[in-house]
Order: sequence, then C-alpha cells, then structure tokens
Amino acid sequence: MEELANLFHGFAVALQPFNIMVMILGIVLGVIIGVLPGLGGANGVAILLPLTFSMSPTSAIIMLSCIYWGALFGGAITSILFNIPGEPWSVATTFDGYPMAQQGKAGEALTAAFTSSFVGALFAVIMITLVAPLVASFALQFGPAEKFAVYFLAFCSFVGLSKEPPFKTIAAMMMGFALAAVGLDSITGQLRLTFGITELLNGFDFLIAVIGLFGIGEILLTMEEGLAFRGGNAKIDLRVVLKTWKELPSYWMTSLRSCLIGCWMGITPAGATPASFMSYGIAKRVAKRGNNFGKGEIEGVVAPETAAHAAGTSALLPMLSLGVPGSPTAAVLLGGLLIWGLQPGPMLFVEQKEFVWGLIASMYLGNLAGFSSCSPACRSLRPSCACPSASSRH
Amino acid sequence: MTTNGPGAAGPMHKTVETGVTLMIALFGVIVIVGSVKAGINWGAEGPRAGFFPFYVGIAIVAASAVNLWNALREHDKGLFAEWGQLRQVLSVVVPTAIYVGAMPFTGLYLASMIFIAWFMRWLGKYNWLMVAAVAIGMPVITYLIFERWFLVPLPKGPVEEWLGL
Repeated sequence: MEELANLFHGFAVALQPFNIMVMILGIVLGVIIGVLPGLGGANGVAILLPLTFSMSPTSAIIMLSCIYWGALFGGAITSILFNIPGEPWSVATTFDGYPMAQQGKAGEALTAAFTSSFVGALFAVIMITLVAPLVASFALQFGPAEKFAVYFLAFCSFVGLSKEPPFKTIAAMMMGFALAAVGLDSITGQLRLTFGITELLNGFDFLIAVIGLFGIGEILLTMEEGLAFRGGNAKIDLRVVLKTWKELPSYWMTSLRSCLIGCWMGITPAGATPASFMSYGIAKRVAKRGNNFGKGEIEGVVAPETAAHAAGTSALLPMLSLGVPGSPTAAVLLGGLLIWGLQPGPMLFVEQKEFVWGLIASMYLGNLAGFSSCSPACRSLRPSCACPSASSRH
Repeated sequence: MTTNGPGAAGPMHKTVETGVTLMIALFGVIVIVGSVKAGINWGAEGPRAGFFPFYVGIAIVAASAVNLWNALREHDKGLFAEWGQLRQVLSVVVPTAIYVGAMPFTGLYLASMIFIAWFMRWLGKYNWLMVAAVAIGMPVITYLIFERWFLVPLPKGPVEEWLGL
C-alpha cells in the first residue's frame, strides 16, 4: 500500500495551482491539435517540447501528457464528424463513427467515444499505479545483458508487428541507429560519421527526426489527399448524453476486452494505433451485432476508442519503468525526459518519486478534465472546423 | 492509400521502390565508409567508435539487397502516383526544401516571411493584405516569444545583424 501513499503525494503535487493551469492548457492545446489533421499527438508534443524547457520537469511532463490526452480525445471528434481521422489511432473510429454521424446520431457517437476513452484510460492508469512500481523494482535487478535483451525484444517486435515486409522494417531501423550514431561517441570520445562537417558534431537531434517524420510527413499526406471540410452536424445536448450513458453499460464485455487489448498493446512497443485496429477487428468477430459493424454500430465506436486510450496511457508504463517507449508519442516524451536530465528507468521511481507520482496523479486528473471539457467543447469546435483549409481551394 | 484514375500516367511503383532501395543502400555504404574511418576493430578499452556502426551499415546494405531483390521481382504494374498528384506534393516539398536550405544564409525570420507569403498567396490565394499581415506578423511574434521571452536564440541572418537585433 506504499503505492497509495505515493499516489496521494502525487495528487498533492499535481493539484498545485500552476500545475492545474498547465493541465488545462495542455488539454485545450491537445484537443486542438487532435482535431487538426496534420498535427498529431506525437508531433504536437514534439513541437511544444521546447516550450517546456523553462518549467520544472514535473510541470513540463504534466503539460505534455495532457496535450497527449487532449489529442487522444480530439482525434475522435474529426473522425466522427468529418470522417477525417485526426490521429492514426482514430482511423478505426471512423468505420462506425462516421456512419453514425451520417444517420444523425453524431451526439451518441461522440458521447460513446469520450466515455469509452475515459474508461480505457482510467483502467490503464489504475494498472500503471499498481503495476509500475513492481515493474520498476523488478527492473532494478537488470544488468547490461538484461537491458540489452529488453531493447532487443522491443526492436524484434517492431519487425514482427509491422505490416511492412520485415526487411524494409529492418532497413529503416538500422537507418535510425546509424543516424543516432553520428557525432561524438560518448564512450571513446571520438568523432564518427561526421565526415568533417562541423554541424554534425552533436549528431542528429531527436526532435528533428520526430518533426521530420511525423510532422512533415503528415502535412504532405494531407496535401495529397486534398482536404475538404464537409462536416456532419452534431447536436450534443444533455438528453443525448444521458441516453447514451444508459446504453453503454450493456457493452461492458467489449469495453473490458478492449481495455485489456489496449493495455497489452501499450506495454509492448505497439502503441495506440494497432490497439484500436485489433480491438475493432476482434469486436467485429465476437460481438452479437458484428455483421452490422461499419454501418453505424455504437459498439464499433466503443471498441477502438477504449483500446486506443488504454494503449496510449499504458504506453507510458514501459517508458517510465524501463526506459522503453511503448508508442511513438511515448518515444517523444522519453526524449523530453532525457532533455530535462531525467534518466527513465527503474531509478526514476527511486530518485524522482515526486516526478513520477505527480505524473501518474495528473493522468487521473487530466483524463477527468479532458472528459468533462470535451463534451461541451464539441459544440464550439464545429465552427472552427468549418473554415476551409488552403488545399480545398485548389 | 491513393487511387489512380483510368489512363493515369506516373512513375511506376516498381521504379520508385527500386530507386529508394538503392538510395538506402547508398546511405548504408556511406555509413560503412564512415565507420571504417573511425576504426572497426577492438581497441584498448573495448570496441572502437566505428565498431557498431560498421555492422549497422552492413545490415542496411544487406536489408536493401533483399528489398531490391523483392522489388525487381514484383509483378504489380501499378503506379506509385500520378504526375498530377506528385506535382501537388512537390509543390509543398520543393519550397520547403528551399526554405530550409536558405535558412543558414538568410536567417529564420526573413526566410519564414517569404515562405509564409509564398504559400498564402500561391496555394491559399488570400488577398495581399492578409498575406502581408500574417507573413510579417508571424515571424515578428515568433521573435518576441522566443528571443525576448524564452531567451532561445534562433538562426539569424544579415538583415537582423544590420538591424542590430
């Protein structure tokens, strides 16, 4: 029960006025980022990472993780209303969410999405609270060979879980290693792979790779697809919300199953996107109304959203306790930790208790804040999405 | 991902795959050459700096060889993209590349003004007043936020030097 004591101490840290303000700011920014396609959770966090250099690491990670939750919530909004997934993990939400919106049930779909996201994330956070210290104390016994084995497992599962042919994944991974090796070798103090170019002395910055891969790539993808914002209308009023809430508990089996899938996918280096697809696929096969998926089944919104949020949240577990990121956004957060001088891994739980438990406490609060601010915010987000993007003027 | 219309023309998927694989293999060769320069044998205190990058480079070249083999054997005659689609994407990539390439010489702010103005006018077709307001306003705001508030220096060029900023 030492964890509970730590958790309450974490709440005390998270409930400081500055941290609360930063939490709300993060959620708002995150929802905006999630709603705007082209800016996703990973690159939103990456772009805003330098802004946090002036804050203390605890406040910084609270803001960044709240941006992450906001993006998780926001991605569902455009998926359902516009059939444009704001995030890769909201693609599966479009399968049933958009048909529901077209049938005039957008309010139900949004409520179902937010509620199941909240449930999924809460499940994952509770799991982190209970399991993280165990994993961390176990990982304290790790020596160099064990750490190598963990990373080797992570990279092998990238190859195994990826849809691409394995040798393409291997080539890409090795390119990443090669780029990371450029610059000053920290062990021997020698320069390698710089070819005499002074700018390469410090190697390639992690942020550059993230913004180049996620940011520019998504912008180009958006250009290629020629965005036109023709949105569905959503009327979220209290009656719709309450009606949907009454209906949702009947899908508790789907919810639970998706939570478990999400947690597993989050902990292993898979992330929220594979989790949402896997959960949708399994729900389609197992659910009673499985053949109706794709035509506007509310269960088809519950399954991927729960899994995606559970995965997104539990991806922080291996990041904090082992130093192995479980999802692309967790990888960016990991980079942030390193930049702030914190060494993720088991020692983080021992040396930086306030940071870790402040973060975990902020996950509870951030989720609650995101959930409670998203539903009313939906109504005002519609006008901002209605402005035509530049590419639709082509 | 993208669907091609009937009778569309463009670079074939096979060609692009082969080209990219060869470029990656070239990257791998560069990595190998660089790591040989850093030393790939065992030194006094352990592996020398180039030891691991050498094997990484070999893995890149080997994986590219397999990918090249698979790409050449592909029977799919599909297109990678139509020229029209490519033109759309390149219309973003080329100006961005010029923007980045010009930055060390002109500094961030001047390059950003030209870049934003170019996109707003050419792709967004906004009127000149809007273009001027945003293209000049954004870099100025960025300057104030980063240089004055956060005290984070961004790359500057001759114009800023002349203005004494």
